[in-house]
Amino acid sequence: MAEKTYAFEDFTAGRSFALGPKHVTAEEIIAFAREFDPQPMHLSEEAGKASILGGLSASGWHTSGMMMRMLTDAFLLESTSQGSPGIDFLEWRNPVLAGDTLSGTTTVVEARPLRSRPGIGVVRFRHEIVNQKGEPVCTGENAIMMGMRTLTESAA
Amino acid sequence: MKLIDLHPVGQKVEIGTVHFSPEDIVRFAKQFDPQIFHVDAEAAKESLFGGLCASGWHTCSGWMRCYVSFFEAEEKRLRDEGLEPPKMGPSPGFKKLSWLKPVFAGDTITYSVTPLGSRTLSSRPGWIMNQVLCEGHNQHGEPVVRFESAIVEFE
Repeated sequence: MAEKTYAFEDFTAGRSFALGPKHVTAEEIIAFAREFDPQPMHLSEEAGKASILGGLSASGWHTSGMMMRMLTDAFLLESTSQGSPGIDFLEWRNPVLAGDTLSGTTTVVEARPLRSRPGIGVVRFRHEIVNQKGEPVCTGENAIMMGMRTLTESAA
Repeated sequence: MKLIDLHPVGQKVEIGTVHFSPEDIVRFAKQFDPQIFHVDAEAAKESLFGGLCASGWHTCSGWMRCYVSFFEAEEKRLRDEGLEPPKMGPSPGFKKLSWLKPVFAGDTITYSVTPLGSRTLSSRPGWIMNQVLCEGHNQHGEPVVRFESAIVEFE
């Protein structure tokens, strides 16, 4: 396997990575909603304005997908990632509206070797996505399994 | 009527199925999650998953698609019976999401929802916060995804 830029050893607590920017178009919002979340406020500006979201807004799952893409582009594709068992929590805190530009930060909360799988560690990240006004739109935490650059025995 | 009156707490309701074709898996992943085991069937064989599998976000989006279709049908059914359907609002998020098994190309996932509880929000009069357990299993009956979602409802 080709040498990756980031391995478990590089994810030290407190290290952060910049995410985005990602411009969100009306066309993308509608295309995603048609396939996965065809509620009126995700399909038309008029219905969005009539809803409490205030305009054509992205499905929360679309926002999550855009966050994932920002993570893959920022570091995941260049890492020894072995996938993730899940998401501790994810909050959709403000609507993502057509024309918004998203950016953010992901920060290493903790990193520890997995006793059950030598050569693999668990890295817990906190992700914070904001819009162009600095308002939080998506905040969450999850763990990602990372391969180690060098095999080290964890303390028993 | 309120959402909690539609299905009692603890009652699991199947909401639909989604077939995951290799084309759909790759198309979703190229846009949102271009890790090698989601976009390249050959390379995926060498990965720890052992084959092309869907992004976890694709698996979750499949739940949403089924829930929207299910709820539209429920709204129609209730109106036909002369009842007022629950007034649903947006979701503020979810917690405890587990991707339990990979969703491989060719799998068919059956999704369900189980009401967990419901409470009025003292901070926002007229709002009800519902908690629901969302699950999916494959054609072998193996669970593949589970999460707890919050759904806002208006009184």
